[in-house]
Amino acid sequence: MRVDVNSFVGAYPFRRVPGTSVQAVLQSMDRVAVDQAWISHLPSVFWRDPAEGNSWLYQITEGSERLRPVPAVHPGLKGWEEAIREARSRGVPAVRCDPTYYAIDSTGPEMLRLVQVCASENLALIMAVRLEDARQRHPNDRAPELAAASVRTLLRADPALRLLITHADRSFVEEVHFGSTPEESARIWWDICWIWGPPEDHLETLLRTVGVERFVFGTGQPLRLPDNSIAKLDLLTLSPEHRAGLESENALILSRSARTSKTRRVKA
Amino acid sequence: MLIDVHAHFLHDRSPRTDWRERNASRLRAGERVGITVHVASILGSWGATSPIYFPSPSDIEYGNNFLLALQREHAAGIRGYAVVNPNFQRHALGELTRCLDAGMVGIKLAASRRADDPLLDPICRMAAERGVPVLHHIWQHRRRDYPGQEASDAVELGALAARHPGVNFLLAHIGGGGDWIHSLAAIRSIPNVYVDLSGSGVDGGMLEACIQAVSVERLVWGCDLTIDSGWAKLRYLEHLLSASELDLIRWRNAARIFPPNAFPTD
Repeated sequence: MRVDVNSFVGAYPFRRVPGTSVQAVLQSMDRVAVDQAWISHLPSVFWRDPAEGNSWLYQITEGSERLRPVPAVHPGLKGWEEAIREARSRGVPAVRCDPTYYAIDSTGPEMLRLVQVCASENLALIMAVRLEDARQRHPNDRAPELAAASVRTLLRADPALRLLITHADRSFVEEVHFGSTPEESARIWWDICWIWGPPEDHLETLLRTVGVERFVFGTGQPLRLPDNSIAKLDLLTLSPEHRAGLESENALILSRSARTSKTRRVKA
Repeated sequence: MLIDVHAHFLHDRSPRTDWRERNASRLRAGERVGITVHVASILGSWGATSPIYFPSPSDIEYGNNFLLALQREHAAGIRGYAVVNPNFQRHALGELTRCLDAGMVGIKLAASRRADDPLLDPICRMAAERGVPVLHHIWQHRRRDYPGQEASDAVELGALAARHPGVNFLLAHIGGGGDWIHSLAAIRSIPNVYVDLSGSGVDGGMLEACIQAVSVERLVWGCDLTIDSGWAKLRYLEHLLSASELDLIRWRNAARIFPPNAFPTD
């Protein structure tokens, strides 16, 4: 089984990207043998209220075994907790927040409140370091990239927070991992889409130094070719257990823990 | 047959203590992907004793010699670009003669001097005389000067290519960062500029845009620093193109623009 934790639907505002419709993403998943994708709504990353894309996201993923919604939360807008409650009730694998695109402080009081609520609700929080290479972004696409220091700060803000960081490169991963305690770094997962393969072998190095269990399969499609993340795995020498962990089981552990926690909370 | 037109190797005088591992990793990954020939360059000392993009004559000679040795050691699988710094004009022309006579198959110009500068003209005249292509490092849409290099963009390479219509130029790493849309627009109508698909960028829509801009006839495959992204592009192109179109990108275009007998099946 292959689970893509980093996938989008919907148009990108800064250049023409083919294959952004739901149908096209499903076809792409078929082509590269992705069984399940955690889907974010791409246009709303840039909206004043990104949560306004959530209803459509829920609609297109309703009853789907292959598409799981990752709703957006903007903690600077009044009533954002409702988006968390709805996400919780729908059993989503995670919620996402892109503070630099929302132009809020990545470690400000709003974000600190969000991580507390995500932690208390046992919802994983997805954050992207970037969506495109900084050198090619549209001149008016000026949101800063997420800083490694911000990730460390958020990780320390609540001992129950679980983070999934996408589009991080080797140096970013290392800066956060080795700048955190073992307990802290055990609560963070990384998608592999921006980590280089051979001959630099950044991914191979990180699997050895940071740990296979910390990485999940993500593609960033359709902004990026999903083939790249698969090629990276195919260029590694992995045991079947490690390959399964990277392709699905690590993500499913993250996803299942939210469901388990929900059951536990209900019983309590 | 699969030709990587944009490869690099490291050596013992580079700052990298892991240079052997990186070279071995490139060859190992190349075998896995099915790369028949790595057409490679070494940029001087890779910054150890002169800047990567402004290599000194002595560093250039050491790098080129190391690559010639690799080419001899891997006679079937490695070919070399002769690296020169156009600011050292006499040395550059002498080095080109030496390296091409020794079996190198192309010229690599990085970012020592802007692509449209007249200092590049004698080098391009030699490229024409010897029938070898010029792989030129490109910053896709250079909006300013960047530290450490006198980078060129596609407009500047286009000006050079227009002055030397008898030379084939490879616009380096369209996926190597920067605004590739700008580059494709700039070289669309310049028939002697080919687009090298290498670079870590695997943007959705980029390959379609390349095909639309210059057709499969002017695309060549490469990896540069990331073989995974090269393989990904190849896999995606398999889904976009017919086998015969894909063969143009995999090797046939390269075989056409490099000298006869540069590759095993020529």
